[in-house]
Amino acid sequence: MNTLEVHDLSINYLTNEGIALNAVDGLTFSLEQGRSLGLVGESGCGKTTVMLSLMRLLPEAGRIVDGQILFNGRDLLQISERDMQSVRWKDISMVFQGAMNALNPVRTVESQIVEVLQLHNIIDSTRDARKRAGELLELVGIPAKRGSQYPHQFSGGMKQRAMIAMALACNPQVLIADEPTTALDVMIQAQIIELLEKMQRLLGLSLVLVTHDLGVVAEMCDDVLVMYGGTVAEYASSDVIFNNPQHPYTQRLLKAFPDIAEPGSDLASIPGNPPRLDNLPPGCRFEPRCHVGKGEPICLKQLPPLVEIEPGHHVACHLVKGV
Amino acid sequence: MEKQPILQIEDLYKQFPVTRTFVDRVKRSPKQVVHALDGISFSVAQGEILALVGESGSGKTTVGMNVLGLQVPTKGYILFDGYNMADWAMGKLKSRKNGDELSRLSKRKQILALRRRAQMVFQDPYESLNPRQTIWEIVVEPLEIHDLGLSADEKEARVRAALEDCGLAPADHFWNRYPDELSGGQRQRVVIAGALVLEPELLVADEPVSMLDVSIRADILTLLQSLRKTRNITILYTTHDLATAGYFTDRMAVMYLGRVVEIGPTAEVLKEPRHPYTQALVSVAPVPNPRKKRKRMILQGEVPNPIDVPSGCRFHPRCPIATDECKITDPPYVKITSKHKVACLKTLSVD
Amino acid sequence: METQNRIWTTFRKKPMALIGMSMLAVTLIMAFFAPLLAPYDPNERVDVTPSDILAPPDARHILGRDDAGKDVLSSLIYGARVSLIVGFVSSFFSMFIGTSVGLAAGYFGGRVSNVLMRFTDFLMVIPDLPLMLVIISVWGRGLWKIILVISVLYWTYTARLVRSQVLSIKERQFILRAHALGASDFRIIIRHILPQVMPLIIAQAVLDISSSVIAESTLSFLGLGDPTLVSWGMMLNFAFERAISRKAWWFLLPPGIAIVWVSLAIILIGNALEEVVNPRLKTHHLFNPRNMVSLAIGKPPLVEPESTSEVIP
Repeated sequence: MNTLEVHDLSINYLTNEGIALNAVDGLTFSLEQGRSLGLVGESGCGKTTVMLSLMRLLPEAGRIVDGQILFNGRDLLQISERDMQSVRWKDISMVFQGAMNALNPVRTVESQIVEVLQLHNIIDSTRDARKRAGELLELVGIPAKRGSQYPHQFSGGMKQRAMIAMALACNPQVLIADEPTTALDVMIQAQIIELLEKMQRLLGLSLVLVTHDLGVVAEMCDDVLVMYGGTVAEYASSDVIFNNPQHPYTQRLLKAFPDIAEPGSDLASIPGNPPRLDNLPPGCRFEPRCHVGKGEPICLKQLPPLVEIEPGHHVACHLVKGV
Repeated sequence: MEKQPILQIEDLYKQFPVTRTFVDRVKRSPKQVVHALDGISFSVAQGEILALVGESGSGKTTVGMNVLGLQVPTKGYILFDGYNMADWAMGKLKSRKNGDELSRLSKRKQILALRRRAQMVFQDPYESLNPRQTIWEIVVEPLEIHDLGLSADEKEARVRAALEDCGLAPADHFWNRYPDELSGGQRQRVVIAGALVLEPELLVADEPVSMLDVSIRADILTLLQSLRKTRNITILYTTHDLATAGYFTDRMAVMYLGRVVEIGPTAEVLKEPRHPYTQALVSVAPVPNPRKKRKRMILQGEVPNPIDVPSGCRFHPRCPIATDECKITDPPYVKITSKHKVACLKTLSVD
Repeated sequence: METQNRIWTTFRKKPMALIGMSMLAVTLIMAFFAPLLAPYDPNERVDVTPSDILAPPDARHILGRDDAGKDVLSSLIYGARVSLIVGFVSSFFSMFIGTSVGLAAGYFGGRVSNVLMRFTDFLMVIPDLPLMLVIISVWGRGLWKIILVISVLYWTYTARLVRSQVLSIKERQFILRAHALGASDFRIIIRHILPQVMPLIIAQAVLDISSSVIAESTLSFLGLGDPTLVSWGMMLNFAFERAISRKAWWFLLPPGIAIVWVSLAIILIGNALEEVVNPRLKTHHLFNPRNMVSLAIGKPPLVEPESTSEVIP
């Protein structure tokens, strides 16, 4: 049984006028214990929405209209809010984007971890909780005695580590990291990636990494799901995505990444802009910008289904032949 | 005879005082200073694209600000086309050369002349445009400020040319819009157009693509690169992303804590970095291919606070090959080739 | 312009705004069409008999008569003019002074800011009313004198507000860009900074109108108003002295209610406007709930049985 399985997840947003705009459509993936999945896409592709829905933390205007989220076989969309609360943080935990600003500035870092431990009834006694907080900080590479400092005394990288420590406090099975390396210096990024890899190995964590940075994904993710306009474009193992991409978007996206080993080589851009939620193309969402399918009748009319063209390699494109 | 470089930076220092609290004053604690730039020297030839690469605290943005005269150096000087930038930015140029037009102008006219020739592109396309101005107003404003004696038609032509050269064609489609109607990439093009409309010679691009989606970065960088060909503009490109620097720049200067630790032709520096810091940066730059896993040299700790610069070689606390000598000696530049310099005691001057 | 439209659209949906605007509309109509609405001209001399003094309401004088035998309703209607003129004009002058001081202090900082702000503090600290009393007593009475005195004392709040806004706007990147383009200080202040602060200034100016109306009423009440004009404050003044003993509520209540009416109208409008333009409040016109991840734990995901989504083509 997979730790996390998502089937056909569809999410809408309601505008002020009550009209439903489709933000995510037909998202499907599975995550095994101890593996990591990279959820990749650019701004507006819906990856943040997907991520929030995994914890049922959508903003007020969001509505999950279809699909299942199976955590160890249990559909999280069918359980009560009360039951969901014991899933959050204990089973599935999250490190937010801009986590550096998510720490309470008027409380010590240690006390915030203690609060998490006590709130979720992991440890009751404050003394034991403090000790555990210290252990967690050491685990992420922060000397335990710095726990008594305030967030403003921590650097950006250290705050990120503190947030990871907090997310791991309840020993979750799944950790969702939302752009954990954006806004950090390159060297700190590398440190954080190394830390996440270490946590995965040490704790058997399953990791969902949401990012727009393909390089980070190549570095540490086993599987990759490329999203575009709220739909899955391609979903396969990391090796396949980077070395045998079949979806036109994936192909172009890879070409847009400068390779430091080949300085001066050609770089591609994808013309146009991602679709707006209130102006979605009727067929394939990538069609207006697609170098293969632009103007093709079937691409204009129909949303391509996600097809497994070879074992483990799923593509949603009308013009890709199955193997 | 080699042409004089359009930009010459000589021993540039820039320090910012740390504001003292009342308690500090009472305790008479020593005055602290942020050493943003601690002795930078390099020059840029006309039409060249130079990358300034560094992490936070490296001083790369500060270099850009000083090069444009938006800040004044604490020590050292910057020469733009032979003129002292600090003086020029304040309108204080005095007559030096024979028949020198510039120094005879009034203070305000001197400053305007400078701004016409050196422009900037900013990092955050969502913050660098006035949300209350239309695109037309944004791009025409430099022309209005500089009062170039253009007729209304000429102004329109220039604005149109600037917008369309930046890929915003047809211009009429855009110039009645407001910034929030455009995407990040389009906004950045507007910023570039606003800089180009004055036909500058020097452009400082401060992390122009770091806030844009990956798939649009290439376009913006290609645009910048093309400016060299079409308008012979010299570009100073600041970034923390080595890979983008590798894409379109001629030379690269790697900065650490206010100093240039390595400078040389971009391809050479990326393929054969000599300074341990550069080597570390190159090794951890994410490569979009899981098969090409290379050994990552991850430095521990973080860039130290520029208030407390380490003694000797400022990189020694984090350097994997540092020795005792590195703790006391500030390394001088070692020439690898005529164009490639490194500031490291452990580098042997070869080739 | 986009922003203006958005502000207006958000604003006019608020109940507070609508009520306030209707109330103000009533007052404006009263003031504007006074000669047509008022049954009598309060400045006309009337022959009165003793029984006309403080006569209670009857068919010909709906609100009765005042201590001089004149029609209360007419005085009330004409009184609206003074209140509104003083209110709007003083507020306009205050807005002008306060904005200039705030812009200069905020933008230039340093010594300029220190001097201006110390002066502002100085004025803020002095109790307004006693100072106004002293100035009017010495200078003399008159409509313009009242307007100027109020303007000169009420700009301080706007100045502080503007200054603090300017301090934060000054640091934004588009201001740096304007510098880099060679824009003069004047241009930056007027074209780049002022438009950003304008909504807040206007919201504050509207609230200032209310304060001005009350200030004028107070001065008139204390006998320092313009003797040649009918004003609600002055009506209250006479009523206070003479109507209470005779229990002539028709002379005492209407002006008081009128003052409250106008103040309330303007405060409702001002508050609604402020809610819309204050960037810190959730009802800000640029607020987009979709950008906020409201961790409102407790909201069910609403998995609907069938897909009821309508995708807009």
